[in-house]
Amino acid sequence: MSEHIGYRGTSLEFLKSNDLAVGDSVKITSDLTYSGIIMPRYEHQDDKHIVLKLNSGYNIGLDLDKISKVEKLPSTEKIRNAEKKIKENPSLPNILLLSTGGTIASKVDYRTGAVTPILTAEELNSSVPELSKMANIDTEVLLSEYSENIMPDHWLQIANKLVEFAKSKYSGIIIAHGTDTMHYTSSFLSFALAGYPIPIVLVGSQRSSDRASSDAALNLIGATRFLVECKTNGVYVAMHHDESDETISCHYGTRVRKNHTSKRSAFETIGDNPAYLIIDDKIQKNAKGNYFKINQFTPKVNLDTKVALVKYYPGYRADLLEKIIDMDYRAIIFEGTGLGHIGKILYGNVKKAHEKGIFLGMTSQCIDGRVGMTVYESGRDLLNLGIVPLENMIPEVALVKAMWVLGNSDDSEEIKKMMLENISSELSK
Amino acid sequence: MNEFSFEDAGVKVGLEIHQQLSTNKKLFCNCTPIESDEYTKKFQRKLRAVKSELGEFDPAALFEKSKSKTITYYANSQSCCLVEEDEEPPHKLDKDAKNLALIIASALKSNIFSEIYPMRKTVIDGSNTTGFQRTMLVSQGGFIEVEGEKIGVQSICLEEDAAKLIGDKGSVREYSLDRLGVPLVEIALEPVEGKPLQIKKIALSLGKLLRTTKKVSRGIGSIRQDVNVSVKDGGAVVEVKGVQQLDQLEKIVEFEAKRQHGLVKIAEKLKNSKFEKATKDSVLEITDDWKDCKSKIIQKALKDNSIIKALKIPNFAGMFGYSPYEGIRLGKDIGQLVKFYGIGGVFHSDELPNYGIEEKDIEIVKDLLKINENDAFLIIAAPAVKIDLAIESIINRINSAIKGVPAETRLATPNADTVFLRPRPGASRMYPETDVPPIIVTKKELEVAESNIPKSWDESLKELQEKYNLNFQLAEQVFDSPYIDLFEKISSKTQNNPTFVASILCSSITNLERNGLNSMLLTNEEIEKTFEYLQDGKITKEAIEMIFENIMAGNSNSLDGH
Repeated sequence: MSEHIGYRGTSLEFLKSNDLAVGDSVKITSDLTYSGIIMPRYEHQDDKHIVLKLNSGYNIGLDLDKISKVEKLPSTEKIRNAEKKIKENPSLPNILLLSTGGTIASKVDYRTGAVTPILTAEELNSSVPELSKMANIDTEVLLSEYSENIMPDHWLQIANKLVEFAKSKYSGIIIAHGTDTMHYTSSFLSFALAGYPIPIVLVGSQRSSDRASSDAALNLIGATRFLVECKTNGVYVAMHHDESDETISCHYGTRVRKNHTSKRSAFETIGDNPAYLIIDDKIQKNAKGNYFKINQFTPKVNLDTKVALVKYYPGYRADLLEKIIDMDYRAIIFEGTGLGHIGKILYGNVKKAHEKGIFLGMTSQCIDGRVGMTVYESGRDLLNLGIVPLENMIPEVALVKAMWVLGNSDDSEEIKKMMLENISSELSK
Repeated sequence: MNEFSFEDAGVKVGLEIHQQLSTNKKLFCNCTPIESDEYTKKFQRKLRAVKSELGEFDPAALFEKSKSKTITYYANSQSCCLVEEDEEPPHKLDKDAKNLALIIASALKSNIFSEIYPMRKTVIDGSNTTGFQRTMLVSQGGFIEVEGEKIGVQSICLEEDAAKLIGDKGSVREYSLDRLGVPLVEIALEPVEGKPLQIKKIALSLGKLLRTTKKVSRGIGSIRQDVNVSVKDGGAVVEVKGVQQLDQLEKIVEFEAKRQHGLVKIAEKLKNSKFEKATKDSVLEITDDWKDCKSKIIQKALKDNSIIKALKIPNFAGMFGYSPYEGIRLGKDIGQLVKFYGIGGVFHSDELPNYGIEEKDIEIVKDLLKINENDAFLIIAAPAVKIDLAIESIINRINSAIKGVPAETRLATPNADTVFLRPRPGASRMYPETDVPPIIVTKKELEVAESNIPKSWDESLKELQEKYNLNFQLAEQVFDSPYIDLFEKISSKTQNNPTFVASILCSSITNLERNGLNSMLLTNEEIEKTFEYLQDGKITKEAIEMIFENIMAGNSNSLDGH
């Protein structure tokens, strides 16, 4: 079917009956005569047009009803240049670039007309030649998924892959990742691979790498510069610092969040400056202390997804929470209001959940700041009902951490202890 | 030297008009197009050449990339949002701009596509923050009638205007984002054989047709014309950009046609010679060999740590300096070509010894490259990073000389010459705009466009003359001014004499503008109110100009202040 991508019904019949496929050169007579190449059609469009790329490069849709004559022209085969193999330089450090998909590795998709992840890590590497001057970069495509399709199982897959490289020739690892859920992945890796000996940097892009203004190149250059020169370990997210192609921010993987839908500088460290700034070949360090609070690398690549993230709002209905409890969820992370509150209406359900042994953690929908549950009466009530305040942990990070903790323990006391233990800088002073 | 003749050269000229639409909104966001020199934001970008949909690089994009500039953008929050900054995907296509493009296409009897695909046209000189211009082919075919003759329309596109260049020094280029994204209609006409005067007439007619819609912008920069020029047996079409005024058009076409015909003559001469081709194998570095050269240019280059290289071109003697028409020489073309890599120029064998380069320096080169009397050579001094790219493009240029005119984009100069700008971009510069779905044109929309085709220029004027009893000149003046709608409103709403109203709107305000006052300060509401006051006897006729003068000078912002 791929030779008729996107065509269906009448338009598919038209192509077949004229022995035409996508990529064929044709001359079509309609109101005028048009010469060009048949292009794929997007799936959501009608079946009454065919798409032609004219010699000028413009694409147009021609109405089938108006076509009076079609002539297939001999195709001009184009010879594509093979990607250049980059020679290894023994004096440079080795870096592994692991691709999981996302905008950073996308180009146009003829199924929907939007961008989709298909570029390989090799192509990415060869389109940013600066990288080969800093490091020998090996590439591996692990996944090809948009970040909204990255599931906890993928986290396990990535983490297990990284375990293989803990002791290797590599001095650092780059993970190309879609931006939408990048901080969930960076959080999971931070917990599952706590103590990992070499630095890991997740890199994404807000403008796909098929456009001249893509931020992908500088993000990759900044990440590579960081890996080569930082002399530390930890899990980081490297993205543009602002709208200029100048400075790259390197954020702690458990303190970062996507705070804008489209800007290059969408990622921000919550409540602090980014851990590192990379400006050309200079690295400015803001981070204090070590990222991992344990020194020994003992991978714990397990998780349990029976965790709910509940955002409380005026009008939140108790029966919704009741449903979660009945579905045998093992932990509930609340995104409470302000200092960490939920309405009285839920007290009965919270009590029931606690009695059932469900872990109940409190974070704030303010995102920035610490929960403080002893300031108001309602906070004290909730503490008495068994809710555990999770300091200034970002709600999504608390969710991921709870999944990881549940995957590694069944003991409620130990679960509580692990949730409150600062493992990978997820809590800060 | 010969006299140049248009007929002998078989000159064909195609006009390409870019007209800004005055929809008061940008094509893909809600910003207002306001030109200002106050900026509240500044940021820097670098653009990279990327492959097209078909997996190829565009030659024009590669050329720009080779210059590797940092681009600084200046933005003003009124005329610019995250879309212009390329920090947010484009919003929906503006409906008014779409409808106006359909009206213009209908007026030109052009065949409108029922599915229009917004494309990204690669432009990485920095004039678009995205690295591309959003453009869509609306229609093809059609014609415009000029003095009874039908001039064919090739295509009509709806596209975004580019950012305005405000500085270009060294490795930094500066742009203002005010104009970026303003809707433009691009109309390309079929090439016609004829004298430049006729081209000017065609341009004027097309301009008038666009202005009858009353929804296109006026004033400097709001209409720009490019010309595509080719000559018989020339081999390629050359696009000349940046023709600011119609009066310049004639001279530019004449120069470009003469240049191309000159290149054809050079090609003929080359075909009859023993020249085969220039290659990279006959390039040699002579930096050390020329360290004692007395030329000031060479000595300066040496001081700047530039590299000097010599290129031998077998059986090419006399070809650089051969001048079929005055001022048309291959040597000159190549000198202009290297300027675009920021290199001052080249020395070629047909002009040496000269410029402080002596016979003994030439002998050194001849010895090293084994040059005999039939060969030509060329010397270039440039920084190491640029020199090989420049030499490669020189070799390409020399080798294409045998084919005549190379396909390139040239820039019109204020002296009405043309200079090399970049290689002619190809189909590989186009990429689908994945952020915007294809635009559907319904039958209903076509009917609406059809019924909104404006009356012709002459008809509109006649009507205006009759309705308001104006003389022809004043009718044309007011019709072609930004005040036409206001004029009709005032003349039908108040008892004022239309001839008086028209002359105030056209002559008086223009006179005040010429004296350096700002007509932007004078709003339509104030003008309307002034004529109401006049009708009510609150002010005298003589006071109007004084009131306008005060407002336009910024002394008061309202009529009621007087």
